[in-house]
Amino acid sequence: MQALKEKIMRAVFFLTALSSILAVALICYFLLSNGLPAIGEIGPQEFLLGEEWSPSDTPPSFGILPMILGSLYVTAGAIVIGVPIGVLSAVFLARVCPKKLYKVIKPGVDLLAGIPSVVYGFFGMAAIVPLAGNSMLSACILLGVMILPTVVAISESAIRAVPEHYYEGALALGAGHYRSVFRVLLPAAKSGVLAAVVLGVGRAIGETMAVIMVAGNQARMPVSLFKGVRTLTANIVIEMGYATGLHRDALIATGVVLFVFILIINISFSVLRGKAL
Amino acid sequence: MNGGAVDIIKKDPKEGGHGFAGVARHSEGRADIQKPAHCFDIKDLDLYYGDFHALKDVRMEMEKGRITALIGPSGCGKSTLLKTLNRMNDLIEGCRITGDVELFGENIYGNIDVNMLRKRVGMVFQKPNPFPLSIYDNIAFGPRTHGVKSRYDLDEIIETSLRDTAIWDEVKDRLKKPALDLSGGQQQRLCIARALAVSPEVILLDEPTSALDPVSTGKIEELLINLSGKYSIIIVTHNMQQAARISDMTAFFLLGEMIEYSSTEAMFARPEDKRTEDYITGRFG
Repeated sequence: MQALKEKIMRAVFFLTALSSILAVALICYFLLSNGLPAIGEIGPQEFLLGEEWSPSDTPPSFGILPMILGSLYVTAGAIVIGVPIGVLSAVFLARVCPKKLYKVIKPGVDLLAGIPSVVYGFFGMAAIVPLAGNSMLSACILLGVMILPTVVAISESAIRAVPEHYYEGALALGAGHYRSVFRVLLPAAKSGVLAAVVLGVGRAIGETMAVIMVAGNQARMPVSLFKGVRTLTANIVIEMGYATGLHRDALIATGVVLFVFILIINISFSVLRGKAL
Repeated sequence: MNGGAVDIIKKDPKEGGHGFAGVARHSEGRADIQKPAHCFDIKDLDLYYGDFHALKDVRMEMEKGRITALIGPSGCGKSTLLKTLNRMNDLIEGCRITGDVELFGENIYGNIDVNMLRKRVGMVFQKPNPFPLSIYDNIAFGPRTHGVKSRYDLDEIIETSLRDTAIWDEVKDRLKKPALDLSGGQQQRLCIARALAVSPEVILLDEPTSALDPVSTGKIEELLINLSGKYSIIIVTHNMQQAARISDMTAFFLLGEMIEYSSTEAMFARPEDKRTEDYITGRFG
């Protein structure tokens, strides 16, 4: 009886563990089975490097290069804004902040992670768009804020994981607190901080709703920080409602490209984290 | 304890020209007249961690250019005392001290620059702690901290420090390689070189060989003997043979009190206190 119970429990746990693998496998299957034929039909080069996206023209063009670049630019901008602030915040939280203040700031940062992206979108429309317009810049600023909790949390734990004797060694040579932190602790936490950046990139590139609300979303080659831009995610969400036929499949193929990006980011994250340990 | 035990001072031939070793307690002349023969004068030092009385009325004078060993069982306060000498105990929350610690006549708990103090009083830790940087950058960290910028000067400091610690030949071809690739013994000698690179006056070592094999330990002991004279060395050690082998003076601590302090020779040949004798003959500890 006892043995049977054990067996059943083991099977239950095995199945629950399997469910996430199954989900990933199913996503892969449906994404690829719908997307790859479309890429084949359009032509991989035409699809990935085409600069024109006009699905309702005759004949239609399905080039997603504008959106690929849009996603990359917006993400890069978010990194430029979010990473320095995030890493410095992490240094502050890990090595400078008095305990009382920590109890206020840390939950604040965590709360930032829990805010729904549509709320960020509203914030962007109300606070950023009036200054920067519906533009790439607005999207960069907003995403920069949105990746903060990820960057802060992961960098902070990376900095905390650096053995204290590095810090003491630096102090014992006559280095001040800040020099010890920035020249010894932070370099020692390098791979953890990089992992934080990579996760931030993942968050930024996959973000959809908030970006749509501030980015302008014109499907054309990105030209300027102050002009509108459309990302891969935005492209899918905006057109999926009415798309049919090849147009619909091209949007799914856009999802495939996004999926590949995320895959690359996740693999680099695991590699970096392996190095950090 | 009685301060009288402190005064045993032996004239050492290797001191040669300095000759200040014989100037005892009242030699606290100003540094501009003559440097006292003591690197550290510790006066009525009491140290508390919160409510715990970790050091009790410690008085001792540590001699310049000599090796002073602090011995005693775990928890006796010897490492704590070492940390008071470069104020690393500032990092410990709830640590409070009373009394004076003077470095060449200057009270280090007065109005001084702690970073400058730590430049003058280097420290080597129990566990080798090279930074996760290259060998070169490890040694260069201290001089750069204190304003040395020119590549030429840095190169020279690095070579000198590594030669002084007898590790130059082992690492000269891989200065740009990570310091963490070195063996434990090499890492510890690198840490000593790193301490030397800022030209300290005193070097504190906290059980520097307890994590090392006998061969590496032997190399470090030899190194310390070679460095004494040029530097004042204060070493905490668990290993009584080590204290006997390398130190000129030995202080024995028990439960936060300094029980006995005399020349190493006298201490190991004729300990004055019963407790010292029990400890060095291995009856407890």
